[in-house]
Amino acid sequence: MEPIYLDHAATTPMEQEVIDAMIPIYQQTFGNPSSVHSFGRKARQLLDEARRVMAQSIHANEKEIIFTSGGTEADNLALIGTAFANRNKGNHIITTNQEHHAMLHTAEFLEESGFDVTYLPVYEDGKIRVEDLKKSLRDDTIIVSVMYVNNETGIIQPVIEIGKLLMNHQAYFHTDAVQAYGLLDINVKELGIDLLTVSSHKIYGPKGVGFLYVKDGIAIQTLHFGGEQERKRRPGTENVVSIVGFQKAVEIAMKKKEERRELYHSYKKIFLNELNENDVEFEINGDYNSQISSIVNISFPGTNVEQLLTNFDLEGIAASSGSACTAGSVDPSHVLSAMFGKDNPCTTNSIRFSFGIFNTDENVKDAAKRVAKIVNRLTKGK
Amino acid sequence: MKDNKDIRVVVGMSGGVDSSVAALLLKEQGYDVVGIFMKNWDDTDEFGVCTATEDFDDVVRVCNQLDIPYYSVNFEKEYWNKVFTYFLDEYKAGRTPNPDVMCNKEIKFKAFLDHALSLGADYLATGHYARVREVDGQVQMLKGVDDNKDQTYFLNQLSEEVLSKVMFPLGEIPKPKVREIAKEAGLVTATKKDSTGICFIGERNFKQFLSEYLPAQPGEMRTLDGEVKGRHDGLMYYTIGQRQGLGIGGAGDPWFVVGKNLKENVLYVEQGYSNDKLYSESLIATDVNWINPNDIEKTFTCTAKFRYRQKDSGVTVTLMDDGKVKVDFHENQRAITPGQAVVFYDGDVCLGGGTIDEIIKNNEALPYVG
Repeated sequence: MEPIYLDHAATTPMEQEVIDAMIPIYQQTFGNPSSVHSFGRKARQLLDEARRVMAQSIHANEKEIIFTSGGTEADNLALIGTAFANRNKGNHIITTNQEHHAMLHTAEFLEESGFDVTYLPVYEDGKIRVEDLKKSLRDDTIIVSVMYVNNETGIIQPVIEIGKLLMNHQAYFHTDAVQAYGLLDINVKELGIDLLTVSSHKIYGPKGVGFLYVKDGIAIQTLHFGGEQERKRRPGTENVVSIVGFQKAVEIAMKKKEERRELYHSYKKIFLNELNENDVEFEINGDYNSQISSIVNISFPGTNVEQLLTNFDLEGIAASSGSACTAGSVDPSHVLSAMFGKDNPCTTNSIRFSFGIFNTDENVKDAAKRVAKIVNRLTKGK
Repeated sequence: MKDNKDIRVVVGMSGGVDSSVAALLLKEQGYDVVGIFMKNWDDTDEFGVCTATEDFDDVVRVCNQLDIPYYSVNFEKEYWNKVFTYFLDEYKAGRTPNPDVMCNKEIKFKAFLDHALSLGADYLATGHYARVREVDGQVQMLKGVDDNKDQTYFLNQLSEEVLSKVMFPLGEIPKPKVREIAKEAGLVTATKKDSTGICFIGERNFKQFLSEYLPAQPGEMRTLDGEVKGRHDGLMYYTIGQRQGLGIGGAGDPWFVVGKNLKENVLYVEQGYSNDKLYSESLIATDVNWINPNDIEKTFTCTAKFRYRQKDSGVTVTLMDDGKVKVDFHENQRAITPGQAVVFYDGDVCLGGGTIDEIIKNNEALPYVG
């Protein structure tokens, strides 16, 4: 049985064009971009070009892009880096309790380091409320970090309103845009975003690379110590090959943004229709109309996550849920707990399906059929 | 008949050598093998690290070596409700529980079996040393051929129906051979130390562990004649026949626990390994399970074990009206312990077992035990 991949929010396969862009670099351009000779310069050229493309994609300036090892590092640098460099302005940080662990665990670390952190609540529609943010803002708030699109539910957060609210406040606005970038139009200048996280492997680029946008003029404390790369904000010889692959993925994504948005939306519709046609009992978590087209999070009453995911995999369906504990068992989703309360059954019976370019109408329909068969067997014994 | 490749076998994998080899053997026989790790206990330490991580990591490595899919399932809630609560209740009642028997009955061969079946499994396999045999349409459980490792004692509560869905691939193999097979196949668990003790306590100090859940009430240590011999730390820390940790000095034979008085919080001790007070003639067992109940007569003779790895001894079993059984020993038995299992055998065939409830001597229940 052909396995079907419905976990594009976890990671994506690389596009052939991306691979094709990387191979000649492996073969020909091995230089260190910091070197003062022709080999180095050739690599540096590639790096500059990639940086220009990244910057353009969010309407930023080249100097505002810091290459990192991925989304996690970018989130860490954004939060810890600005917190430590701006302590003179205040001690208060605001984030939400549905952030990715790259953010939440960083916030916990900052609490241990003496910062005061407010976690905004999430409502059943999967969104935070700007009024809550307004109430939580203090004179000594230095950073507000709210993810652009939640990685489990796909719910788009009120980023525009947050940007507006913070225009007249000293607090920097960081957003983890890992799930939004490549599908939504992001203009950091218009949105009033000061820091923004992007990861390559979620947009059909290679793993191990990402970037953090840091608006010009914002002081940031480095987390690594070494050479002068990335304007001393992220030392270490640049991962040139991956950055070139990342660049190619960005170029394609920017060209096909709209097309992909619609394509994934049609996949989602096919998927949900097929579940309905097969009389599957399910509920969509969060407000359907606020969802990014690539992600849908579905609760199947009367089942549990481990049973579902194992059955799915044995039938060739790759999907996911919450986060696995280190012993492999699935912990209740902290995002759904934040939305519905920790005792709500949907925290342990919900699955995230995420669509991407390696799906087709046919394989999405086939996947939904297999899912329906499993869920009906588990819930109705047939 | 189905081909082995069309028969799905879920293997309960602990990260130890036994279940690793069980999976290996099934894979070699061509079954559709799926490895599943069970997480029954939340042992996350203050740094957020759970020791189950290492075991799961071994499961992952072995399954990748065997090229079989692996998953994890969490039964912490079920384990707490069905096994740990029982465990504490028995200690509170002054008895010595057997959580492994309960874990097999309620978790491994119930919740976990159900989980396996919900995954389309035809069989559940484990690394237990026991055998399943079908004779004239009847499914029996037999001792593992390695007498030293036989684990039917812990499996005595399984029903024929459950056993008909179970495979024990190690039943025919002596333990040293299992290690050899693991080494030959280069399994990463080949030289891993066998786990000892009760799974959720692990290498920790038993006394300290128990004291985190049950208040310890120190009291007097007396002989059955009332002579005070010292103090005990709490009745739950002692079991019948125990010699260590009494702290009674002086000349003569060593001292042993012979009983408990829960009401007065007194621990009874007597002197000498062969002290008469440690011996009894019969017992009453509750929660009795017969694997093949139709074969059981009202009264019959067979052999029995009263604790793990004990030699079999002759008994006469009589079914009582209330579902309990009376077990008369052909030879007086030493240190029979309430709460432990009594398990019955006909040769290698395990007939079933129950929980030791009362100890009898001279036709009377011993008042000082349990």
